[in-house]
Amino acid sequence: MSAFSAVRILFPPVVAARSAGEKPSAPFLPSLAVPGLTRSPLRAPRLGRPLLAVSSDVLSGQKPLGSNSSPSSHAAVSREEALVLYEDMVLGRVFEDMCAQMYYRGKMFGFVHLYNGQEAVSTGFIKLLEATDSVVSTYRDHVHAVSKGVPARAVMAELFGKTTGCCRGQGGSMHMFSSTHNLLGGFAFIGEGIPVATGAAFSSKYRHEVLKQSNPKGLDVTVAFFGDGTCNNGQFFECLNMAQLWKLPIIFVVENNLWAIGMSHLRATSDPEIWKKGPAFGMPGVHVDGMDVLKVREVAMEAIGRARRGEGPTLVECETYRFRGHSLADPDELRKAGKLEILFI
Amino acid sequence: MLRVLRQKVGCGASPAMIFGQALQKVLPAGSVLPRKYSSAAKEMNVREALNSALDEEMSADPKVFLMGEEVGEYQGAYKISKGLLEKYGPDRVLDTPITEAGFTGIGVGAAYYGLRPVVEFMTFNFSMQAIDHIINSAAKSNYMSAGQISVPIVFRGPNGAAAGVGAQHSQCFAAWYAHVPGLKVLTPYSAEDARGLLKAAIRDPDPVVFLENELLYGESFPVSAEVLDSSFCLPIGKAKIEREGKHVTITAYSKMVGYALQAAEILSKEGISAEIINLRSIRPLDRATINASVRKTNRLVTVEEGFPQHGVGAEICMSVVEESFEYLDAPVERIAGADVPMPYAANLERMAVPQVDDIVRAAKRACYRSVPMAAAA
Repeated sequence: MSAFSAVRILFPPVVAARSAGEKPSAPFLPSLAVPGLTRSPLRAPRLGRPLLAVSSDVLSGQKPLGSNSSPSSHAAVSREEALVLYEDMVLGRVFEDMCAQMYYRGKMFGFVHLYNGQEAVSTGFIKLLEATDSVVSTYRDHVHAVSKGVPARAVMAELFGKTTGCCRGQGGSMHMFSSTHNLLGGFAFIGEGIPVATGAAFSSKYRHEVLKQSNPKGLDVTVAFFGDGTCNNGQFFECLNMAQLWKLPIIFVVENNLWAIGMSHLRATSDPEIWKKGPAFGMPGVHVDGMDVLKVREVAMEAIGRARRGEGPTLVECETYRFRGHSLADPDELRKAGKLEILFI
Repeated sequence: MLRVLRQKVGCGASPAMIFGQALQKVLPAGSVLPRKYSSAAKEMNVREALNSALDEEMSADPKVFLMGEEVGEYQGAYKISKGLLEKYGPDRVLDTPITEAGFTGIGVGAAYYGLRPVVEFMTFNFSMQAIDHIINSAAKSNYMSAGQISVPIVFRGPNGAAAGVGAQHSQCFAAWYAHVPGLKVLTPYSAEDARGLLKAAIRDPDPVVFLENELLYGESFPVSAEVLDSSFCLPIGKAKIEREGKHVTITAYSKMVGYALQAAEILSKEGISAEIINLRSIRPLDRATINASVRKTNRLVTVEEGFPQHGVGAEICMSVVEESFEYLDAPVERIAGADVPMPYAANLERMAVPQVDDIVRAAKRACYRSVPMAAAA
């Protein structure tokens, strides 16, 4: 039984009343102080504050497993599940590091955008998905592919342009596709994947309602990953509207790493709190610490559950950070010049 | 024009400061950019040419402003706008969010009201997100308003294939934009082209699509003192004969001009003298120069990087058939990119883009007809 069964999902009017100074905690999680989910740098008007990524204190909270009496801050994970998460994140990190090494040795070419630092988001969401659920990504898609089950060897071969690659060397780094694993790309244009993902969610609902293909688990869910820069793009808003209008089984996951190449999120966005854009369209908007896989997973479980039950879309803003430049060709001077520091506890 | 520049420079500063860091790589440290007609051959790469043209036009006319992604603090995604933010400030060099449709529309609207925007697309592939504004708001407005509204806007950025960037980053849009009445479409090749055509584009009262090439940015070309002068400008709609010849005309634009020139070298060793035309302007197309050349050589090879169907070569061929049919001694040869989305793998990419050998073989086919033509697909 979910720890959230007693919780009513709070819809837009409640959230909109929240003042700018308050902590943007997830509206559909119990409104307790979620320990560890702290200090969004977005509240600072300028980039003067250090960005802190705080590790999860799930286990230090020492709540007994399965207790429902107090709203526990995280659903506990079993040892096996934790190992799966750990392995997936380590694989993602090691994979990307190897890409960097190959690129700087001149064996990999073109545009290569690495995911170092953001592994918790990919693992937290994708490891909860079934094989029939789909994932749509951007050019920063290697780790999404690997998490979704595309063999790392096939992804690496693709990056080398080999016929053994998942797209026979025709797609490349930014265009990972796998119909077996329902990885629907890999898109170079930001925002491009969002309507595609919304369409996949549409087809899931259509199959269920029009073609009467029922799945005892519920609707097949689509997860769309994109960045903070994309949230200023028109396609994003168009799809938020239609997904909510038609109650599509989709989760919009914003990997907010605060930078779009060299453009800081704060310089580009009138209201930097992206989660607020969900309620503007009638869906829940959730903010989560994207550096903490257990917190991400917790939010993901709720959002995926909603989608499967046909309750519609969710917008999840994961605050995260990329440790490397936008791509391996990016000199990344603007971030280093700033006052951002990352501390890991 | 020079007076304005000298004021910017201030006393004591060398004229080299005008070009700032852009020319540091070209000039040894401490040397002065010759303002008078010097006998020394000067070289400039395309990046510096574009940067200097933007700088000079922004300096000459305060209504000119630049906007696009990463044009300011990042110094330009390909460093074309390096130094401009420091010089002109954030009101004239605007870093936009990633909203092509939005900021292109804003640029067009600004042009309606008398400003002269230069809108940069990180690559022209991204212009597809804004194409409604380029075509419907910019290109057609002068006509729809019966001349009341003019749209002095420039859309610029890299076009065509780079290296290993995949299908969505590699398309050539020359034929797409040249299809539309109301637009001017320019394709510079050399540093001289880049400077002269960009200045002409910024001064032009109509919307201009300015298609650069990422792989050409770092290439250096000799430039005369005339080219370096701030009043230098090239006419829109005039092609340039890069190399004169007698036996076959080869038309090309952008990066393919370089390939055609290499092909001409190879052909000359085999006794075929090729005339290379650098189109410079796809719309309006310099039909007069092309036809005059074909009437002289009687054979034509068109070269482009983009997809073959409905491409630039198809239009050139038709122009020649319409005006100079009796002068043709052989069918027109068309060299274009392969009719397939650009593959990622390096060996496939090489096969998908025309190479110098393809141009040489086509010229030979046009001249001897010794190699039988492949059956049409």
